[in-house]
Amino acid sequence: MAEYKPIRKVVSGNYAAAYAAKHARVDVVAAYPITPQTSIIEKIAEFIANGEVENLEYVAVESEHSAMAACIGASAAGARTFTATSAQGLALMHEMLHWASGARLPVVMVDVNRAMAPPWSVWDDQTDSLAQRDTGWMQFYAENNQEVYDGVLMAFKIAETVNLPAMIIESAFILSHTYDVVEMIPQELVDEFLPPRKPLYDLTDFEKPFSVGALGTPADYYEFRYKIQKAMEEAKKVIHEVGKEFGERFGRDYSQMIELYRTDDADFVFMGMGSLMGTVKQAVDVLREEGYKVGAAKVRWFRPFPKEELYELAKSVDGIAVLDRNYSFGQEGILFNEAKGSLYNTDAKPLIKNYIVGLGGRDFTVADVRKIAENMKAIIEKGELDVEVDWYHLKR
Amino acid sequence: MEIPENVKKRLSIPAEEHFYAGHTACQGCGASLGLRYVLKAYGRKTIFAIPACCSTIIAGPWPYTAFEANLFHTAFETTGAVIGGIEAALKARGFKVKGEDGIMVVGWAGDGGTADIGLQALSGFLERGHDAVYIMYDNEAYMNTGIQRSGSTPYGAWTTNTPGGKKHFLERRHKKKVIDIVIAHEIPYAATASIAFPEDFMRKLKKAQKTPGPSFIQLFAPCPTGWRSPTDKSIELAKLAVQTAYFPLFEYENGKYKINMPSTKKEPKPLADFLKLQGRFKYMTQEDIDVLQQWVLHEWEKLKKLAEVFG
Ligand SMILES: Cc1ncc(C[n+]2csc(CCOP(=O)(O)OP(=O)(O)O)c2C)c(N)n1
Ligand code: SF4
Repeated sequence: MAEYKPIRKVVSGNYAAAYAAKHARVDVVAAYPITPQTSIIEKIAEFIANGEVENLEYVAVESEHSAMAACIGASAAGARTFTATSAQGLALMHEMLHWASGARLPVVMVDVNRAMAPPWSVWDDQTDSLAQRDTGWMQFYAENNQEVYDGVLMAFKIAETVNLPAMIIESAFILSHTYDVVEMIPQELVDEFLPPRKPLYDLTDFEKPFSVGALGTPADYYEFRYKIQKAMEEAKKVIHEVGKEFGERFGRDYSQMIELYRTDDADFVFMGMGSLMGTVKQAVDVLREEGYKVGAAKVRWFRPFPKEELYELAKSVDGIAVLDRNYSFGQEGILFNEAKGSLYNTDAKPLIKNYIVGLGGRDFTVADVRKIAENMKAIIEKGELDVEVDWYHLKR
Repeated sequence: MEIPENVKKRLSIPAEEHFYAGHTACQGCGASLGLRYVLKAYGRKTIFAIPACCSTIIAGPWPYTAFEANLFHTAFETTGAVIGGIEAALKARGFKVKGEDGIMVVGWAGDGGTADIGLQALSGFLERGHDAVYIMYDNEAYMNTGIQRSGSTPYGAWTTNTPGGKKHFLERRHKKKVIDIVIAHEIPYAATASIAFPEDFMRKLKKAQKTPGPSFIQLFAPCPTGWRSPTDKSIELAKLAVQTAYFPLFEYENGKYKINMPSTKKEPKPLADFLKLQGRFKYMTQEDIDVLQQWVLHEWEKLKKLAEVFG
């Protein structure tokens, strides 16, 4: 194994994604532009134009629906396949997301979290990706540009091991267009980490004719679904192993599906996903100096959902403040809903409260985290919630 | 059944079967016959993409397949995009695609999946120039969901959502000219074909195979179930469609039009010969029949003109 000397580059989250796709040696990219995803696919086109990649077929499709359909065709024909999208684009793909997981194709996609219209908004919001919760895609939420890069590389390895597609999610503008130092991995070391794909089936294999996606009668359909769930369960193990291997090779450990930050002796923790957790970690440092015993729990993988890790955390704290930059109308924040549901049949029953924050790009700052901390402290002292779901920024 | 070599040599269509008995089409189904010819023409080194349509069912439920070729079932509106993706993957992986010895990538979709919901993906496919063949089998309605109108349904036809009745609620629009939309993309090869003229169809399939870039064939494929026609009349109906110029056979090759059938020198047969064999036209008044007949002859004149000027 060659010695690892990172290549440090100042790049946007989107460029980090494009470099990762390049380093993963993808065969086919089929994509359709949408703000703020566009610069990912532009960068990939530039790699091709400059002769920086070989044998990469770029399919400039006429819609996101076709982008995912083309990726599915390509992946079924054995190619390592990549695409990227955002909000309305992801919603248009919805039908085909089921097709990718149902046909067990390890397509990797970057979704740049953007609020759904109307009203039109190009800013950060997680509802687009979380609305795809039940499509059978794995979902990784990146906190920063480094995690976008690392996430894409790991996603290919995990997806190709369990034969399920994976989505790497970064936030609009906060990451997609913000430049930061990213430690990239030299190509030969990526190649060692991520060998060429070995497809589960390959449409170019003509020895024994087969069909994919044919009619599944009630006698069989049920088992197909069960196998997807088995693969999701297996994915937890694979995520742990791949994340650990990544740490051993490149110094950044991703073995935990929930990253815990100063939670050891915490009375209560802030839980959330994506870039807002960077703010939260910073706030935790400030609050600790002010005497609050708080920590942060960053949910990296939302699918499969890290139930077991959540339980371990929940046992050790009095309260969890779940920060949701998303909403499921008629119910509550989606992460909150998942977390609360996961703990119901356990003996871990911390106070768990939902704060809806930052929808459509509303600023979320250290000062906001402090206000939430004050509120959490008060309800824990009282031993009961004031409200279950708090629309934190609402102009009253 | 083993066919003796001397007989085989005289056959104009390959004796080899790659489409198995035991498929689940209705009796007299034109689409299934079409599939049989496509498989004979391209053999087992073929990758099919088939969207939601009758052919999904015809091919058989998991774990069976009636095809001796690989088949990817896909979503209703995605045929053009999926075959584009498959072709891109083959190229990235260094396979030869199309041509005499290349892998054939074939999209096989109904008129609904082509003329209506799949039109956008078809257009994208044609425009991008993938090395693949798109075959639209035209049974002139959505048969898989139980005979509803499509953009390719003719004027005056009964379907379950244009059922006739007291208010004479029949299809009121003429058949969408999908082939004209395709030709507007100026692809290298496009043609119409019919299951009643298998030699002509085979020749066109072979031409599509040899021509680089995207090719398109619109195949006329009667559906006794949806057309309310006797199951033993499918070939006759397909023949009459050509002889009446209702569905003329022609080719478009590098900007040039060539009419194959019917003869441009003779008057086409009266349309009524074609209509009267089918229950789906039984609600038409004489006036309706005249409207359709006029449209057919008008379109026929247009095509002849095109062949004359761009022949
Ligand atoms: C998005 C979507 N909408 C509707 C359907 C239902 N559907 C399945 S097949 C079909 C009609 C197919 O008609 P056509 O393409 O003409 O083929 P045919 O069944 O006549 O062979 C429809 C409407 C579907 N599968 N997907
Ligand atoms: S309904 Fe028509 S097209 Fe469909 S299988 Fe039956 S005959 Fe063929």
